[in-house]
Amino acid sequence: MKGLLSFKHGVHPPENKDITAGIASRRFPFPDEIILPLSQHIGTPAKALVQPGDRVERGDAIAEAAGYISSAVHATASGTVKSIELWPHPNGDMVPSIRIDVDPNSTQMQRPRIIPRWQDVKDEDLSKEIAKAGIVGLGGAAFPSHVKLTPPKDQPIELLLINGCECEPYLTSDHRTMLEYPERVYLGIRIALKALGISRAVIGIEANKMDAVEVMRKAAPDDLDVTVLPLQVKYPQGAEKMLIKAVMGREVPSGALPSAIGAMVQNVATAANVATVFETGQPLIERIITVTGRGIRKPGNWLIPFGTKLRDVVKHCGGLTEDAAEIIFGGPMMGLGQANLDVPILKATGGILILSRDECKRQDILPCIRCGKCLDACPVFLNPQLLGILAKAERYEEMASEAHLSDCMLCGCCSYVCPSNIPLSQLFAASRAQLRKLATP
Amino acid sequence: MTGNSILDSALILGGVGLFFGFLIAMANKKFWVWEDPRIDEVEELLPSTNCGACGMPGCRAFAEAVVSGEQAPSGCTVMGSDDIDNVAAYLGVDAGEATKRVARLLCAGGKNEAVRHSDYSGFETCKAAAAVAGGGKACTWGCLGLADCEVVCLLDAIYMNEDDLPVVIPELCTACNDCVVACPKDLFVLMPVEQKLIVQCKNLLNGDAAEDLCSVACNACNKCVADSEPGVIEIIDNLAVINYEKNALTDPKAISRCPTHAIVWIEGQQFEESSQELEKKAV
Repeated sequence: MKGLLSFKHGVHPPENKDITAGIASRRFPFPDEIILPLSQHIGTPAKALVQPGDRVERGDAIAEAAGYISSAVHATASGTVKSIELWPHPNGDMVPSIRIDVDPNSTQMQRPRIIPRWQDVKDEDLSKEIAKAGIVGLGGAAFPSHVKLTPPKDQPIELLLINGCECEPYLTSDHRTMLEYPERVYLGIRIALKALGISRAVIGIEANKMDAVEVMRKAAPDDLDVTVLPLQVKYPQGAEKMLIKAVMGREVPSGALPSAIGAMVQNVATAANVATVFETGQPLIERIITVTGRGIRKPGNWLIPFGTKLRDVVKHCGGLTEDAAEIIFGGPMMGLGQANLDVPILKATGGILILSRDECKRQDILPCIRCGKCLDACPVFLNPQLLGILAKAERYEEMASEAHLSDCMLCGCCSYVCPSNIPLSQLFAASRAQLRKLATP
Repeated sequence: MTGNSILDSALILGGVGLFFGFLIAMANKKFWVWEDPRIDEVEELLPSTNCGACGMPGCRAFAEAVVSGEQAPSGCTVMGSDDIDNVAAYLGVDAGEATKRVARLLCAGGKNEAVRHSDYSGFETCKAAAAVAGGGKACTWGCLGLADCEVVCLLDAIYMNEDDLPVVIPELCTACNDCVVACPKDLFVLMPVEQKLIVQCKNLLNGDAAEDLCSVACNACNKCVADSEPGVIEIIDNLAVINYEKNALTDPKAISRCPTHAIVWIEGQQFEESSQELEKKAV
């Protein structure tokens, strides 16, 4: 692995991707009920367009963006709107969600609609079409893509980076997307390049997915200035700022966005779904999700409609094993622990990880011994040891002002290396919540 | 300098000491500032908890404010009425009137009432647990019972009962706001002790959906609204909300038909009854 581009610091946890990497994605059956929360993205929650009792077809817009940084929501299956009510959300809150009773024997059919030819759409209008389709970043943060594709005028973009790193252990959904839909990824790249008015793109893929590198290289169109770049296998290589550092050798300034240094990062799954909008007219209603871990009987990669309840996913994948202990949305490093089987799958859910008792052994939290391992692991060069001490002392303002808590991306490298098993990134997440609370009167 | 080094050093050090002592004595005279001696006396009478409930940075600052007349002695919520009268009598001012306020927990769903979907294991604070899927309790609004408030309370006015709920002892509580800030679920409110009718719930679901999560949840049945004077209680977002501007009209009969005992009439401290019931069960 020597000689490959990467960033400094970081960790390399056991990959565990072999559980599902070789399993081709398959379509998931429609559940009896789907739950679509109005906030599946960063920004203002969407505004519902339907009433209880309304009939909706698969692909119909059922909620519109409420403001610029917001995103539309579409029905992922045909059926009748049962109610709009508070429902458990994967982040632990209760949020207003649209409940749809899915028609028995419902089909993949969508309403016929006019699909705009992307070549004919004006560059600046492409992002409007993408907004209409409710596309958000599928790498995990779920930031509305149309906002990203309209960078500030004074910060021109030079390079589009396509993120195929998938550095989280266990997850293989981006890997399968690249293997199965390389043409779609390239079409998505074409559209994103046109929207940005630039011509050059780089696809970054971790070197543990050389088959994906091969496939993407083979599928590369001749008229497109795209490089497929294998990168060193290291976590968090797939974090936006780390990918930029590895490929461009530039650092995104603290508090700024990648557009400040002329870069833009899109996930491969996002690119593939942008292509779908202009290929078939289908908005963002489903994606490849890895269901994995040693706590589920039949792991695999599935094309799951959003709003499917975790309970239904578990049931269809053969159920939990006897020693299943923990369910996480996302990967083991940054994913959200789940407490409730009724939560729905969201746009940003790239994987469902069900760990067995052996995989998530609990260890006692011991006092910090000031070994400094976390400093060597932190990819943004913070001092997690100091942050942890301040968090325990509840000195939240100092964490923000002196120790740069806002630069922490909660990647979990510090928690991973800590020999005292201190859950540092959890403390930082809790501290941020407390700071938000102190800021609101 | 032979043989007398002990004497020499004693003389030199003694001389230096005398010199600096003289300087300090001079400075003390020269820069002396007159301070009202009553401030010290009042500070002696104050409880010295430095809790901040009066709004001043500590007991010394409060003593200064009282002596200068900016604050009335009753501004200190920690002192009993006798102590307040002592301060007022010493200064010859009016004690002033202050309503005794205490922190009340707007949740009664302890481990015996509320449903838990999953167990949380890890860093044992409410704030850390709340960062992991809300803490694992079925009711996302409810008390997590990991005692952040008990830890933060300087006056030991909060203890955790057998039901894993924090109990505020009204006699010790000074309404200093620390527990309000500490609770990640925002369950504490400071309210005057005269406000005896309290809805001990923040669940925004109604009917069975609420009761499925917790046996003492407000299910928005409207019975308490019907049983009280018009305008005293209102159902807002599936939760009974008491209009405390009409506190004089509140009556214990409002709680008589509550099916879940979410609304309660509190004379002293919260959860007294429930802990007694628990003791009975244990026997």
